[in-house]
Amino acid sequence: MENIEARVKKIVAEQLGVNEAEVKNESSFVDDLGADSLDTVELVMALEEEFGCEIPDEEAEKITTVQQAIDYVSGHQG
Amino acid sequence: MIYARIAGTGSYLPEQVLTNAEIAQRLDTSDEWIVSRTGIRARHIAAPEQKTSDLALIASQRALEAAGVQAADIDLIVVATSTPDMIFPSTACILQAKLGAHGCPAFDVQAVCAGFIYALATANAYIRSGMARTALVVGAEIFSRILDWNDRTTCVLFGDGAGAAVLTASEEPGILGVELNADGRHQPMLNVPAQVANGEIVGTPYLHMDGGAVFKFAVKTLSDCASKALAAQNMSHEQLDWLVPHQANVRIIESTAKHLHLPMDKVVLTLPEQGNTSAASIPLALDVAVRDGRIQPGHTVMLEGIGGGFAWGAALVKM
Repeated sequence: MENIEARVKKIVAEQLGVNEAEVKNESSFVDDLGADSLDTVELVMALEEEFGCEIPDEEAEKITTVQQAIDYVSGHQG
Repeated sequence: MIYARIAGTGSYLPEQVLTNAEIAQRLDTSDEWIVSRTGIRARHIAAPEQKTSDLALIASQRALEAAGVQAADIDLIVVATSTPDMIFPSTACILQAKLGAHGCPAFDVQAVCAGFIYALATANAYIRSGMARTALVVGAEIFSRILDWNDRTTCVLFGDGAGAAVLTASEEPGILGVELNADGRHQPMLNVPAQVANGEIVGTPYLHMDGGAVFKFAVKTLSDCASKALAAQNMSHEQLDWLVPHQANVRIIESTAKHLHLPMDKVVLTLPEQGNTSAASIPLALDVAVRDGRIQPGHTVMLEGIGGGFAWGAALVKM
């Protein structure tokens, strides 16, 4: 579980070009980490690649915070 | 064995340049917003009296000159466009008349932003099968006329222009391989959902796009398609000298290049000055890089593009 959390945070930091220390569980990609609409698409793609899962568009729309990404990946890791 | 080689390229951009700052005077947007999300700084807009075939004509004349081929020697004309001069005849036939190259087969292909790859694949097949020896392949568009200039999410993305290539039959391989795909289930993501019926326009004659969905689909399919084109020739990304992608969005291009393990200094980018010129963008970028000396004879070049349909493709070319 910690492992997934750390991997998600690392990807978020890389994709959004922010310091890993800034990436908190409750951070919102758009409001706290400065992501734009394409950043969030790229972030979802990076998560899919890292965890070998497919995130459908209607699910991806609901993933707006780091914790939501961790929860989704934990439940759908392939 | 007969192969098709690219013997010359040419391109044309209309004179009028429309910058982001000029658009920002009319719409709630900014240069910074457009550049950070798309990489586009300006685009060219056709003059009111110019038709798609006029843009195609100048690009074609420049390609013929570069190839050292006379219009009378052309035995096939294929034009890729989604913005034809009229419903019929084809823009290829209108171009043929303007070029004075009478008699040879001439037709349009419609695969939107993948149109040039489809047209190139078609001409390649004609030449390889012996049905043609000297083909003119053109991508030409006036997208500025199918944009809703009040929709800031789409109107900033596109521009007008034309690019052309002359293909000639050769003993040596030029076009090494082509991959073409389409999946009509994705039609609603990107379209201009209108037709002319009973003297009226039925539907909305403006471009509609679900940008986020297109972005994701484009990155996945383009890197897959280009990888397949390489694998079919038993080649790897290290053997590519240049990637000439369809110029839609710099972030799609960067992401595709990353998936193909190509540094951005091997990617030809005309997007900042031209925007997305749909079927014209690949031959425009190819011509720019040939003329400025980046692309040299003998170089291995990957052309790839995707557009509404969805239709997409890649061509691996030895210049």
